[in-house]
Amino acid sequence: MTVLVFVEHEDGAIAEASLEAATLARRLAGDDVQAVAMGGDHAGETGLGPITLHVADDERLAGGYAPAAWGRAVADVAGRVGAAVVMAPGTDRGNEVAAYVAAFLGQPMAANCTDVRPADPLEVTRVRWGGSLLEEATLRGSPAVITVSPHAVGVERAPGAASVATFRPPLQDDDLRVRVTAKEQPPAGKVSLGEARVVVGGGRGMGGADGFQVLEELAGLLGGAVGCSRAVTSAGWRPHTDQIGQTGARIAPDLYIACGISGAIQHIVGCKAAKRIMTVNTDPEAPILAQSDWAIVGDARAVVAALVAELRSGA
Amino acid sequence: MNVLACVKRVPATAGRIRLVEGDREIDTRYLGFTVSPHEECAVEEAVRLVEANGGSATVLTLGPEESVDQLRSAVAVGAQRAVHLATDGREWDPGATAGAIADAVRADRDAGMSYDLLLFGNEAADTGDYQVPVRVAHALGLPCVTGIKQLSVDDGRATAKREASGGWEVFDVPLPAVVAVREGINLPRFASVPGRLRARKAAIDRREPAWPGNALDMVRLVVPGGEDKRVEMLGQGPEAAPAAASIIRNLGLVP
Repeated sequence: MTVLVFVEHEDGAIAEASLEAATLARRLAGDDVQAVAMGGDHAGETGLGPITLHVADDERLAGGYAPAAWGRAVADVAGRVGAAVVMAPGTDRGNEVAAYVAAFLGQPMAANCTDVRPADPLEVTRVRWGGSLLEEATLRGSPAVITVSPHAVGVERAPGAASVATFRPPLQDDDLRVRVTAKEQPPAGKVSLGEARVVVGGGRGMGGADGFQVLEELAGLLGGAVGCSRAVTSAGWRPHTDQIGQTGARIAPDLYIACGISGAIQHIVGCKAAKRIMTVNTDPEAPILAQSDWAIVGDARAVVAALVAELRSGA
Repeated sequence: MNVLACVKRVPATAGRIRLVEGDREIDTRYLGFTVSPHEECAVEEAVRLVEANGGSATVLTLGPEESVDQLRSAVAVGAQRAVHLATDGREWDPGATAGAIADAVRADRDAGMSYDLLLFGNEAADTGDYQVPVRVAHALGLPCVTGIKQLSVDDGRATAKREASGGWEVFDVPLPAVVAVREGINLPRFASVPGRLRARKAAIDRREPAWPGNALDMVRLVVPGGEDKRVEMLGQGPEAAPAAASIIRNLGLVP
């Protein structure tokens, strides 16, 4: 059974979520794994091991991300290598490219799987409700298309250089109707929620937009980012780009400091990949405490102000 | 312009999810029903585009009889037309769902209602399949963008933006098109009293698509277990700040 993995990369460095997908692919198919990437220099160690890495080489792909074109390229390789399963990371692009592969090939797709077992039909476990529920399902297709839920599989880097096979995908004009035509960079110096080592989150318990000032101070001291719960964006205290949860950002920092957040299930699924959670809440029974490593019971504004003073004092 | 917004009825979960015996369904005895926040925003976006440009906003759902409630909620906030693709309550997989929606769009076109924009939530709240918009676009030969949090329409084209690594990716899309939106693209309005009255009387265009079978079949649902941590209480109020500070320092997180 050949498994083809679509991998994302930045200047040739394979993204973590793609290495997770490749790890799950090897568990399913052993050595019978190949990968496909859009462009890039992939000489040396990639973490994928000594596998065949198909690299789309086409000037039409150089002008920016084009979802349908990328899907066409992956579908082309899947057909040529006779893949029984096509895997992709469960990222924005991974899910989107996989959906095109499934649509082009007329095959089913299971998004955000945490496990896949060889059987006929294929057995998968996948996340529902953003991760607050799991589903065991069967997937009947050839190739079956699967995306791998980020942070669900521990990466095992395989040593050895990949054998690169460049190809020119059979793109159709319609595949290039939609592409990224411009990028707007984040403000300089701002740490993004997805990449921050420390995230300071605020909820309804911050009392209002001005309550976030002290959270900004704490995040500033720790080189982190400020996030918030859905209640906060719905109230207009913070922009939606700051929202953590099922319909906002997924975070995976070393430390998440949740302030005045009770912890609705939709919020928990967005922050449970944090290595550690520290909670400040007036309610010792708040659901977020069951997900927390440490908790302080009290008014978040007062506690965080004291914490900021304590950290500044450098004691 | 004519805009279609697609929604899906789901239980309004907040606390811990419980399953009914057999583990194939969520226990909804104490839950209300709603649509995903992404889909609420899709409906709001459709209504705003029609308010600004004229035309009509249509809301569509595929689901059991009770899904009419979610159609009426969309009418209450400004949708003019409502289409119900009625099922017997079984779950349709994403391929089957997309096929039925594409068929409904073709049927509307043949009846003289062509959509300039088909709006979806980026993913359903419950199944999170991340593929119905792309499949519908492919079936209809339309361009598609997903994950969109800013949308503007001008002269037969749409400019759509999605978040990427803290910044934005900008797409330029010819209409007609399929656009999957995320919460944050707008702040949905609440239904007015006249809106609710209008919704109660609104005609529902009911159709009964044939179920083509599923290729992705749920076997059972599982509540992930054993996740509760043993929380260490650091104390009450500001007096606990030194303990918290020393933990943060010991984690090596103070630059």
